[in-house]
Order: sequence, then C-alpha cells, then structure tokens
Amino acid sequence: MSRRSRILRWAIPLAVVPVLVLLGYGFRTDPREIPSPLVGKPASPFTLTAFDGTPLSLEALRGQVVIVNFWASWCYPACYEEAPSLERAWQTYKDRGLVMVGVNYQDKDEPARRFLAQFGHTFPNAPDPGSRVSVDYGVYGVPETYFIDRKGRVRFKRVGPVSDEMLKEQIERLLAEAA
Amino acid sequence: MSRLLALAALAVLLGAVPPALAAGSAGGSRAAAAPAAAKTPVSEDTVHDVAAQLRCVVCQSLSVADSPSETAHEMKGIIRERLAAGESPEQVRAYFVEKYGNWILLSPPRQGFNLLVWVVPFAGLGLGLVLVLLVVRRWSRRPVPALAPPMDPAMRARIRREMVEREP
Repeated sequence: MSRRSRILRWAIPLAVVPVLVLLGYGFRTDPREIPSPLVGKPASPFTLTAFDGTPLSLEALRGQVVIVNFWASWCYPACYEEAPSLERAWQTYKDRGLVMVGVNYQDKDEPARRFLAQFGHTFPNAPDPGSRVSVDYGVYGVPETYFIDRKGRVRFKRVGPVSDEMLKEQIERLLAEAA
Repeated sequence: MSRLLALAALAVLLGAVPPALAAGSAGGSRAAAAPAAAKTPVSEDTVHDVAAQLRCVVCQSLSVADSPSETAHEMKGIIRERLAAGESPEQVRAYFVEKYGNWILLSPPRQGFNLLVWVVPFAGLGLGLVLVLLVVRRWSRRPVPALAPPMDPAMRARIRREMVEREP
C-alpha cells in the first residue's frame, strides 16, 4: 500500500470530524436564546392607553426602576406561571421606587381583561395595538420582561417566565443604584 | 481510486452543509432601488421586498412576507408605516436590526464570521471540482494494460501441435 493511499485511508474518516463538531455545536445551542441588542441601550419611549383608560407613558417614569412585562392571555402556561410573581413583586416594591407596566401582546380585549381579573393585577396594563411597542422592544415571544434602570436604560431582559427570586435580585440591584 | 472519488463527494457535501444550517440563508431578493421620492404612497412591492428580508419572529425559517401569522401581518404594517413616513427600505431594515439584532435578517450580512456561510459552499464546490478533475485526469492517463508478452515460437508450435493431436 502506497503512502498516499495510507493518508487517504485516514483522511476520509477525519473529514467527518468537522461535520460532527459543527453539528455538536448546533444541537447544543438553544435557537430560541437570542441575545437582545437592546440591553445597555436607552429604553424606547412609548405611550399607551391602559385597559382602564388612563394614559401610560414611559417618559413620565424616568428616575424610577421600571419593569416592562409583555404578556398575553393565550400564552399558557408561561404567562400564567409568572403572573402571581409579578403582582407579588409589585406589592413589595411599589412604595420603594418600582414601577411595573404590563403590555398585552397580540391579544383580544375580553380574554386579556379576564386574565387581569383572574390574577388580580393592580399594576397598570395596556394593550399594544399593531404591536408597535413590542417590536420597538424586540419582542419575539411572550412572556418577555425588561428591567429598566433609573436612567432609562434597559439593563436586563428575560425571555420566558420570571420567578420571585429573579425579580427580587434584579429589582434590588437596580433600586440600589442612584438616579 | 474510489477513495479519491469518495473524498471529492465528501468535499462537495461539506460545502453544502453550512447553508442548510444557516436556515435559509439563500434569502429572497436584494433590496430594490429605493423609491426616494415615495413619501406618502408606498408600493406594496417595496413593503414585500423589505418583508422578504426579515425573519418572522414567531415562525421557524419563514420571512415576514411569507408568514400568515398575525405577528408577521403587524410587522408588515410597521414596515408600511415607516416607509410611508419617508424612510428608505434600508432604514426600515436597519430599524429591525437595531431592535432584534442581525438575527432578524434572513441573509446574514457578509462580514466577519458570517463570511464563512457565504464562502464555504463555494470553496467546497471548487475543491470538489478540482478533486474530480484530478481523478478524471489520472484515469485518462493510466496506461492501457500491456499486451501479454510475445510468446516464444517453441511454445506456439507446441500448442498448435497439441491442438491438432486432440482433434479427431
């Protein structure tokens, strides 16, 4: 057997290695986990009309820590899982400089209102006609939660349901910062 | 020899894998020249053209133009709105990139690491072609198997004699 064919005998199985590495990398990364380019940037201002008819504007909230939560009544189970945690965090921190805003994503009015009533949400919630605010925040699926600091910058984005611990950690970190 | 061929085939295959992984990198049409003067009237063609370059965020490998989902419908609405406000198709595209990152583009921009996706298929194809050429050239150059060495006359005579003897 010549030297050349001996090399070839090894070269063919070895050619599989880069393919395996590529596939291994591809299958181990979660295609749903997309880093948001908005973290660290100023949060887009928005003005919406809440379900109760009051205007809701991000600009008016400057200087406070703001949580913007995108949700939908059809988003089961994730939005249903996180809903009680959101209300709990709101109750705990609303007097310490936290503002929580719920943005209802691609939903119908009646089931959305039913959702709010079911969880007894007391923080302001507003529908997002035409998904303008949602696209402005780069939302690609609900639930998504944005944590905005007192200077109005997006500091953290959570895709998927938030937990009590996560809310506590992020809120206390941002509340501790000076305006 | 068949090994060389297999290697060539593998090289071609290797070239074909990355675009498949890049989920539809062979995106639709390039942005047509922007109708700069179109301030208020927006042609549906332009809306479609921008939408075809953007990934529908709730779908798997579908463009905003191709998806029937409500999200895609509303994204198209936003594209139309921004075009009507006087933005160029490139500006609208840049808006979505700013909000979602390059992920939103169906064709990854041709720079940095992304270049691999654009270069590797052609490089693989080229390499495969070169290998095939080499193999074919080697085949055509291989000498035709030499004829049997001329038989010595004594043997020839003996065979002839024996054949004659056997025949009745």
